[in-house]
Amino acid sequence: MGEIKNANGIGKIGNPTCGDILWVYIKVEKDKKGEEILTDIKFKTFGCAAAIATSSMITKLAKGKKLSEVEKINYKDIVDALGGLPNIKIHCSAMASQALKKAIEDYKNKIQIKKRVNY
Amino acid sequence: MRKRVYFDNASTTKVDEKVVREMLPYFSEIFGNASSQHDIGIKAKDALERSRRIIAKSIKANIGEIIFTSGGTEANNFALKGLFFSNYPQKNHIITTKIEHDSILNVCRWLETQGAKITYLDVDEEGFVDIEDIKKSITDKTFLVSIIHGNNEIGTIQDIEAIGKLCREKKVLFHTDACQSFTKVPINVGKQNLDLVTLNAHKIYGPKGVGALYIRDGIQITPFAHGGGHEKKLRSGTENIPGIVGFAKSVDISNEKDVRRMTTLRDKLIEGLLKIENVKLNGPVGDKRLCNNINVSFNNIEGEAIGGYLENERIYTSTGSACMSNTLQTSHVLKALGLSPLQSNSSLRISISKYTTEDDINYFLEKITKIVKKLRIISPLTK
Repeated sequence: MGEIKNANGIGKIGNPTCGDILWVYIKVEKDKKGEEILTDIKFKTFGCAAAIATSSMITKLAKGKKLSEVEKINYKDIVDALGGLPNIKIHCSAMASQALKKAIEDYKNKIQIKKRVNY
Repeated sequence: MRKRVYFDNASTTKVDEKVVREMLPYFSEIFGNASSQHDIGIKAKDALERSRRIIAKSIKANIGEIIFTSGGTEANNFALKGLFFSNYPQKNHIITTKIEHDSILNVCRWLETQGAKITYLDVDEEGFVDIEDIKKSITDKTFLVSIIHGNNEIGTIQDIEAIGKLCREKKVLFHTDACQSFTKVPINVGKQNLDLVTLNAHKIYGPKGVGALYIRDGIQITPFAHGGGHEKKLRSGTENIPGIVGFAKSVDISNEKDVRRMTTLRDKLIEGLLKIENVKLNGPVGDKRLCNNINVSFNNIEGEAIGGYLENERIYTSTGSACMSNTLQTSHVLKALGLSPLQSNSSLRISISKYTTEDDINYFLEKITKIVKKLRIISPLTK
């Protein structure tokens, strides 16, 4: 929970259905092999208990994993990891996975920009 | 483990043990059908009429003016639909408010499909209806004004005496849903000029599945259920004797002392909550607020998240807001007060009971202060 000061990817998402807001911060670093690893992930949320639980679970699922693996996490993985969610709360888990995807996108865009600058 | 702190009494209350004891014989001993001519039936009938008398007396009505129903929702449906069908098409206009219970609002919306015209009045920021607005809305097509007495979400108590007086002058019927206010605020159908009143048992330490509709003598109303002719041919169906007996007992044991105690505890709770930074009370203060209702907005954090964390501490509250119920919609009541969806989503309803203690309040305040602090740290909306 909270934010990462030197995050290199941020995903902000608002859910119009119920007014929830979720921000995901990620820190991606390359390991010795040059593989991109998600070394840290934190979140901030204005949401219900289910929103907080799904946000928290996605940080657990993603932290320390290869970026290529993290990209595959979807809402079903979160729901399964939580041991199920009421139907009406499934959108919370979708929100968490979407915010993470956005953060990864943000990270990739930043790298693209960096590359361009280097040219 | 710490005992439960149940602060959701506006949803339903614990049944008083005295009520349970009163009900028990009517399940398997005096189980008769009140319509039967034999001794077991007559005893059930006696209990039914004894109960009716207690409830009639509590609102200064005549015994024959109380019709038992399956609860508040049915009584509200009966009042609106019954009067609509007995007045339509000569008259088709109903005046109500934007802060009614769903069992009024959704009936109104359905009646609109049947030819009714409905005026949904605005309320001020504390939830009060302006009597001038009612006056201006009455037309020669109006047959009914239906306004909730004590609001279930924000506790606002309307001036039903003034509304009753106006309706009587204008020769329009007045119905009030008194589910939340019954036994907490005096109801006197004569003095307050009430024509129909919805009452129920499970908000006042009685059983679920039983309520009543007071219908003033002489009012023409279409029956709600046709059948064996029970309840003056208005609501057929074998009477729920154990429920009705329990309902009467819950009314019988209600008292002003409990109300005064709850009022003191309510104000202590409000005072404690307002000590937390950036907290706003929804609804009025003082004697125009139900003695057991507290509704606050916390800003920047969601009410349901607070409720979830409170439940971890064995404290049970409710929200009327997004993600809470089956609707995912923000509260229509808070919206009518002028709250933004964000403020509305950050609200929590705390409804105490006669069982609430000072210790419960202190425990609650200690826990909620910490929870709010924690949630604000992780909120993207906190600066």
